[in-house]
Amino acid sequence: MNRAASGTDAPSLTGADLGAAIRLDVLDQSMRARIGHIGSSLSIADILAALFSPGGALRNARPDDPDRDRFVLAKGHAVLALYSALRHAGVLTEEQLDTFATDGTELVGHPDHRLPGVDFSTGSLGQGLSLAAGAALAARLQGSQRRVFALLSDAECNEGAVWEAAQFAGHHRLGRLTAIVDVNGQQALGYTRDILDATALPDRWAAFGWDVAVVDGHDVAALQGAIGDPPDAGVAPRVVLAQTTFGQGVSFMERKIEWHYLPMTDEQHRQARSEIEESAA
Amino acid sequence: MRDAFVAGLVDAAERDPSVVLLTGDLGFMALEPFIERFPERFFNCGVAEQNMVGMAAGMADAGLRPFAYSIATFASMRPYEFLRDGGLLHEVPVCVVGIGGGVDYGLNGASHHAVEDVGIMRVHPELTVLVPADSAQAGAAVARAAQLRGPSYLRLEKGHTSVPGLQEDALSVIGDGRDVAIVAMGGLVSEALRAAELLAERGIEATVAVVSAFNPSPDEALVELLADVPLALTVEAHMLNGGVGSYVCEVVAEAGLPARVIRRALRALPRGEAGGRDFLLAQHGLDPESIAAAATEALSSRV
Repeated sequence: MNRAASGTDAPSLTGADLGAAIRLDVLDQSMRARIGHIGSSLSIADILAALFSPGGALRNARPDDPDRDRFVLAKGHAVLALYSALRHAGVLTEEQLDTFATDGTELVGHPDHRLPGVDFSTGSLGQGLSLAAGAALAARLQGSQRRVFALLSDAECNEGAVWEAAQFAGHHRLGRLTAIVDVNGQQALGYTRDILDATALPDRWAAFGWDVAVVDGHDVAALQGAIGDPPDAGVAPRVVLAQTTFGQGVSFMERKIEWHYLPMTDEQHRQARSEIEESAA
Repeated sequence: MRDAFVAGLVDAAERDPSVVLLTGDLGFMALEPFIERFPERFFNCGVAEQNMVGMAAGMADAGLRPFAYSIATFASMRPYEFLRDGGLLHEVPVCVVGIGGGVDYGLNGASHHAVEDVGIMRVHPELTVLVPADSAQAGAAVARAAQLRGPSYLRLEKGHTSVPGLQEDALSVIGDGRDVAIVAMGGLVSEALRAAELLAERGIEATVAVVSAFNPSPDEALVELLADVPLALTVEAHMLNGGVGSYVCEVVAEAGLPARVIRRALRALPRGEAGGRDFLLAQHGLDPESIAAAATEALSSRV
């Protein structure tokens, strides 16, 4: 299977169009399955678009090519957005996507590495950056040019293990490791500013030896610029702090804690869909 | 055992360029032979075991064979979820190596006594648990870990012991006494063998069996051994539940054997008082005298 050009859909969507398509899939699949985790999937749609667009940052050949770039969705609860990105990249089919949240589906509720196209299983916050650092260290030892991307949530940075991995990668200058943090300002029970304030994240990452960029996480071109071209070996790893809006694109979901959990009603789904379509038009 | 492990790891690394060694900042006067021979394949991950074991999964996924080393408590428990969701879930050959299994860290106190490690590791059939009983078995265990397709946990004890009669199998049987089978885990074989001598002086014929690996576990050999003995006495430097005593109960019950099982193990964390390995073993009824007494008492109360 070829991540760039197989499956039923030829990859055609790029940039903001891909971001909007991911949002629509998230809404439609969440509606069909009547499940939540919608808001955090919406907040990463444009980040995934920056990575998975044809010509985007993630340079993948076949999922079994050892020199493909690796992607770790450390915030695994937003997996539905990843499945949509993989569908638009031609790795998954629409029929597969329609099995999401049904008995016997291969599309597990957090990423499962047995699904071709998913490099790493995740779901327990705080582990993904270590997997990615190990993958980047292996690439260095093996003389491979592959890059490794990890997408974390801002609240995930509550986890001490994130900073263990950040320390190691900073010290060893794992320049082919790039972390992207979805700074949507929310976590399961409230706003990060009220629970464990994340305002100092740029300083924290810099103090751990990382090259820090702060960008609008809904501007695909800005994200791609910040993620940049493959860096030289031996430079500081880069972290892109993507400032996003939880529930982005759906007015009644934006910055609302309950959309970490709630499924939509039919009426809410119709309204959400039309808002995404209007803003994409 | 530690030197045998390092020597075995150097051998494995000579044969297989994918072998790498990670440490959580431990191994002074131990890991140097590997570090000097393969400096580019050694990483001190600092005092950060979660990241060490998580990175090991990322490395193993890329085709490397990481061995992640620390004191057994810190290697097994702090990063346990990183091993479960990492090497185990991803089906890759991460080997976590814990030095000082049991109460080998003696005077250092409870934080350093690894007395749950086998239980928490053994619960996953896909995770091979290696519990060598002497230095020769430790060398064989690292060679085996370096060949496995999946993850493993290697529990090393600190003693430089050599026990005659051990086989390479997961179950070694020493002697052929039919009054009692003393089933020991790892290095407690020494205490078990001495207890068997004490029992012989009292006219009780004991067989000593040593379990040195789980998953796969030596179920068939154990059933064969216990089929015609009335008493199995298990001894281990581990908590009562989860280790070799639990394992023997599982096998005996499932096979429907008539043997009675008596377990001798730790029933509480050592606290409030410290001592060396032998002191602590005696305190928990795991010295040769106590083991022999347990067998004698169980056999006399049987009638």
